[in-house]
Amino acid sequence: MVLARILDDKLAALYRTGKIFGGVFLGRGQEALSVAIGMHLRPGDVFAPLIRDQAGRLAFGETVLDVVRTALGSVLGPMRGRDGNVHRGRQKDGMLPMISHLGAMIAVTNGTLFARRWRGEQSFVGAVSVGDGATSTGAFHEGLNQAAVERLPLVMVIANNQYAYSTPTTRQYACKRLVDKAIGYGVAGHEVDGTDLEACLRVVGAAVAQARAGHGPQLVEAQLLRLCGHGEHDDASYVDARLRQAPVGQDCLRLAEARALAAGWLSETELESWREEAIATVEAAVAQAQREPAPDPFREDWLALASPHLADGWEPTA
Amino acid sequence: MGANGMSVTYLEAIREAQARALAADPRVFVYGQDVGAFGGAFKATKNLAAEHPGRVLDAPISEDAMVGLAVGCAMEGLRPIIEMQFADFSLVGFNQIVNQAATLYWRTGQPCPLVIRLPSGGTVGSGPFHSQSLESIYAHYPGLVVLTPATVEDAYSMLLEAVALDDPVIFCEHKLLYYHLKAERLPDAALPVGKARISREGRDATVVSYSAMVHEALAAAEELAGEGTQIEVVDLRSVKPLDTDTVMASVARTGRLLCVGEGWPWGGVTAEVVARVVGEGLDLLDAPPLRLNARNTPVPFHPHLWAAHRPTARAIATALRKLLRL
Repeated sequence: MVLARILDDKLAALYRTGKIFGGVFLGRGQEALSVAIGMHLRPGDVFAPLIRDQAGRLAFGETVLDVVRTALGSVLGPMRGRDGNVHRGRQKDGMLPMISHLGAMIAVTNGTLFARRWRGEQSFVGAVSVGDGATSTGAFHEGLNQAAVERLPLVMVIANNQYAYSTPTTRQYACKRLVDKAIGYGVAGHEVDGTDLEACLRVVGAAVAQARAGHGPQLVEAQLLRLCGHGEHDDASYVDARLRQAPVGQDCLRLAEARALAAGWLSETELESWREEAIATVEAAVAQAQREPAPDPFREDWLALASPHLADGWEPTA
Repeated sequence: MGANGMSVTYLEAIREAQARALAADPRVFVYGQDVGAFGGAFKATKNLAAEHPGRVLDAPISEDAMVGLAVGCAMEGLRPIIEMQFADFSLVGFNQIVNQAATLYWRTGQPCPLVIRLPSGGTVGSGPFHSQSLESIYAHYPGLVVLTPATVEDAYSMLLEAVALDDPVIFCEHKLLYYHLKAERLPDAALPVGKARISREGRDATVVSYSAMVHEALAAAEELAGEGTQIEVVDLRSVKPLDTDTVMASVARTGRLLCVGEGWPWGGVTAEVVARVVGEGLDLLDAPPLRLNARNTPVPFHPHLWAAHRPTARAIATALRKLLRL
């Protein structure tokens, strides 16, 4: 969580100084839930993160270098400059490269789980991270229903951060709680306070364990507040001030640090050394990625097919 | 060899190709609405579920999730065949096809081998939502291969080749050809995907077509042969990639081009062919190239309207007579 926050802060700083092409989307305020997902996944599992899952990505094994290479457009990054920011992934490591269309990664995750079962693998799970906004899509409905019909070990985690971009939950859904949708799909439902790291670890852990044990899809809804704009271009002025003051508006990282210090699990000195270590890691990765080459349009093969003999190379200006 | 041992229909060829793919490659499975024990709305998967238990699976009515699941499986090295009940319904899964499947290889370097079968085109009484020809829409997107077989042999060999390819393939099989089109036997060898075929040789004008329109064009060519005119008919077979070389060579021989498609007239395959011929071979043409497409309305239900909506042999013959006078 500490590393994710510091990495996010660095990306925001790079964005403000014009060093990043395109958008920057942060996970500030959502690290407890996100890291709980990543920490309960193992090698061989699948994770389809959303745009605020820096903490979960790092916990699942993504490197800081992958993040900054993608953000800064290094050709050595996993997306080679062809796609950017939150769209990075390494599917061979189980980290799926998201497209922007909300809910679309659910069925893709179902497919990766279907294929694992096809191969006779056991004790694997797939976690998909969505927000409250994605629950309004047809893809969410189709994907969760499909997972239930196929009885796949899918853990669908809804980070209910009260806003989809600027749209409040009152304009997004009319049910009392999103977790109430679980029974409609015939899947198990779990609720958790997304500002409470211990609760997130416990509840997400239980959901992952249930899915891993063969009890079918699990739906987790976490209540939290996004402590930043939708992207760094957005000042989030639409967020209700009362929410910021409410328990849901608390910073999960500060709460977790205070809890660890109060319980004596961690000293101020140790916490500070974690921060310093994280800063050094992030700065080193940024320095490296900034020295690396950008993609070269003259070396790009401009080939969208894996079968080069079927490339339809005709272009009107060629 | 067909089920009756005498001949094989276009539909049986599609069924046999899937049977062969399932038998030959343990990574292949079929997923679609009613494809399991029922054997599919058109029976294109008849008995396959019984012959390959657990590998021919009914899907919920969720075209988006069907394609999404196929992409996830393809990422993991399986080779899914998705049957859309009608091509028209693939539009519900359009996002997963064009934004997920078609972008995956370019974005990540990981192949996305899957086949989406689209029962396409008009039939009597099918109306606006069971008749669409969507090859032009899909061909517009980079990262997709779009096949439009016009013969029993091509339906078989091109579907097998589609399953073997490492890319997402949109397989447009024409419903009008399902039952009527027959061949003596299934082919042992085939022209590869990406090569057009000269279906009929001629020296006076070239008709470029694909899918069911090839047969309308051949009938028109036969009619004009009675008038002393020799029409060459090119079957594109695949609209993406488009075999520009074969088209250009034919136009070089005849000097005249008519391009016929069952899709709508705005843009599309016929416009693409004309643009390429004009752009690279204007000096080959003795007359302005013509296009013939469906009318610019939704596909009508009533047979009288439908017959006037789609290009027919008679309409093609009329267009050819005009082309020959230009």
